[in-house]
Amino acid sequence: MHELLLAAEEAHHVAKDGFLTNYMWLVPLLPALAFVVILFFGKRLPDKGHSVGIAAVGIGFVLSIISFIELAAGNAAVEKSWTWFQFGNGFKLEFGMNYDFLAGIMFVVVTAISLMVHIYSTSYMHDDRRYTWFYAALSLFTASMLFLVIANNLMQMMVGWEGVGVCSYFLIGHFWEETENSSAAIKAFITTRIGDVGFLFGIFVLFVAAGTFNIGELNHLAEVGEIGGTILTVGALLLFMGAVGKSAQFPLHVWLPDAMAGPTPVSALIHAATMVVAGIYLVGRMFPLFEHAGAALDVVAIIAAITMLIAALLALVQDDIKKVLAYSTISQLGYMMAALGVGAYTAAIFHLFTHAMFKALLFLGAGSVIHGVHSNNMSDMGGLRKYMPHTFRTFLIGSLALAGIFPFAGFFSKDEIIGGALRAANDATQISAWIVFISAMLVAFLTALYMTRAMVKTFYGDYRGHGTPHESDGAMVTPLWILAIASVTVGFLGLPVIGPFADWIHAPGEEHHGFSTGYNIILPAISVGLAGVAIWLGIQLFHKQRWKVDILSSPFAWAYRFVENKYYLDDLYLNGVVHPTQYPLAAAAYWSNMHILDGIVNGTATLTVGGSKLVYDKIDQGLIDGAVNGSAGLTGLTGGILKYIQSGNVQRYAAVLFGAVALFVAVFALAG
Amino acid sequence: MPVSYFLVLSAFLFSVGVYGVLARRNAVLVLLSIELMLNAVNINLVAFSAAMGEAGVPGQVFALFIIAVAAAEVGVGLAVVILIYRNMRTVDVGEMSLMKW
Repeated sequence: MHELLLAAEEAHHVAKDGFLTNYMWLVPLLPALAFVVILFFGKRLPDKGHSVGIAAVGIGFVLSIISFIELAAGNAAVEKSWTWFQFGNGFKLEFGMNYDFLAGIMFVVVTAISLMVHIYSTSYMHDDRRYTWFYAALSLFTASMLFLVIANNLMQMMVGWEGVGVCSYFLIGHFWEETENSSAAIKAFITTRIGDVGFLFGIFVLFVAAGTFNIGELNHLAEVGEIGGTILTVGALLLFMGAVGKSAQFPLHVWLPDAMAGPTPVSALIHAATMVVAGIYLVGRMFPLFEHAGAALDVVAIIAAITMLIAALLALVQDDIKKVLAYSTISQLGYMMAALGVGAYTAAIFHLFTHAMFKALLFLGAGSVIHGVHSNNMSDMGGLRKYMPHTFRTFLIGSLALAGIFPFAGFFSKDEIIGGALRAANDATQISAWIVFISAMLVAFLTALYMTRAMVKTFYGDYRGHGTPHESDGAMVTPLWILAIASVTVGFLGLPVIGPFADWIHAPGEEHHGFSTGYNIILPAISVGLAGVAIWLGIQLFHKQRWKVDILSSPFAWAYRFVENKYYLDDLYLNGVVHPTQYPLAAAAYWSNMHILDGIVNGTATLTVGGSKLVYDKIDQGLIDGAVNGSAGLTGLTGGILKYIQSGNVQRYAAVLFGAVALFVAVFALAG
Repeated sequence: MPVSYFLVLSAFLFSVGVYGVLARRNAVLVLLSIELMLNAVNINLVAFSAAMGEAGVPGQVFALFIIAVAAAEVGVGLAVVILIYRNMRTVDVGEMSLMKW
């Protein structure tokens, strides 16, 4: 393994190191410091601490951009590590940094969205009671996320992984005065934790197999076949379980819609653009390992295909605008995961990148709407086009990008995924690739449909709420426009054939496994056509209200109810897992408490009382009291005699002092 | 001149001071006697300092320190004596034996 590392190091030194890339481990430190400062001094600062967070994230963003440009200019990716601690010779824990294109693009995404959300929240959260704490948690989240991204080993990644999880928990439960919100936070935490257990065990399994936590080494060992077979498949699937929890894949996706209980900027940052893509990032990081792990990638692809379909259907029946976006996020995460599943690595990361921009835009736009209307429900909205022109235009751009209409960002990334799926289906004749291809096509249609529905219900027709809605102020509209511009432009980075994105990001060990070859115009044309039909259909159905059917009395009522009740998954978990566990477990615990523990406790108590009595009578009263009283009497006696020395006459004390000194001098003089 | 001359003078002065501290009844004179002892020490320091030449300079510095501290000490001491006089109408140290059993 040592020669391996040496070889890798030599390869590194071929290209020269960048100026900043070596120091990118400092970037997570900035928001971490900001967290400490805001937490301890935030309330005393004139702005209650937000400028500290904005400054930290802003500097982080500038550094990320510069170092990414350095990478793009041909500087080498950096991997280095320091020993954290070591047990014996075998078990060594390191912390390190691994800054390459993948980490670089994540840094840009995380800091950019975080910066936008920080600025936006100065207005959105303005009257919040826990404003300072909100910013502290945002900073901590940003720091944890960057820490997760830059990790060069799985253990360190786990630390950041849990860090973002706990910040997500804090922020979902931000308005904890209502039980609903704190329950949502607990649900999110526990559901993702189920996945995290898998992640942790995956790390253990891979460590047992390969003897290292280092991501690069693990990938390399899998590639050269040093580790393989069942243990590798099991390890990869366990890692994927963590990704399923974090990235809200079926069947652990149930927490993400409830996570919308948090403040909307948080939903934009954590539950759309950054934290939930941690699972995608994990699978992307370990991609070479997954590729060699038997059927692992097929499992990834099929889970992802199921996820994207069911979530897109769910988005179609929601009334809460944030829930529409939440299910849309799940569906898009399924897209990315499916792309990884069929081997379209570049397309997955590209979609992660573009999706972060337009989904953050959509969430912040929804926040702006909620701010203006004071309701989450689209049945209280309508006609907002007139009242909130900026929000309307930016939201429209975001929706078009999500629906994958040319030339918005979503078009390029989505079609790369569909194209990748078709290529994999043709090349490898994988069943899973066909499944992904067909569901991706369906979801492209459904996405356009549900976004049209949301647009129509929110911005068109007549206003159905109370009061007069108002446009939000500059601090909220500016981030919207910046993200809107990004949603239009970032797609061109991944322009087929000539876009630079595929040069930057391609699966490790493969050259340009991306958009550069064999571009086919027919496929994008079909998917855009599907989206166009969906938009037309959506307008007919939801705006013009043509062919108005009462679906509840139609033969398809059962299907509608099935979807409306979220496929009864929540009920299944609650009645199938939580209650059966909870009640018998509680009863058993109560029984053992009453009979076993109480018996032990009572027996112990009786024994103790008896023993104590014995000790009291004989030892305490007889022996110890005798000794204590005796010594007290002796002390009093000696004190009575010695007290006469204490005459209070200063000169007598001085005489004793001088006499003693003279005596000591004499003694020392005589003793030589 | 040999150093011993100064040491003899210093020892004599110190003994006078000790006698004063132990035997005088007047608190002000006790304080004066303490000054005598301090100055006896100063003579010692300066004498050795002169005898050692360049290397002895710290001795003079210490003498200066002692003079400064002695001034502060006598200030505090006299203030204490005045307060005691106000309370007890006497400055006889033999009378000031309240802090006893």
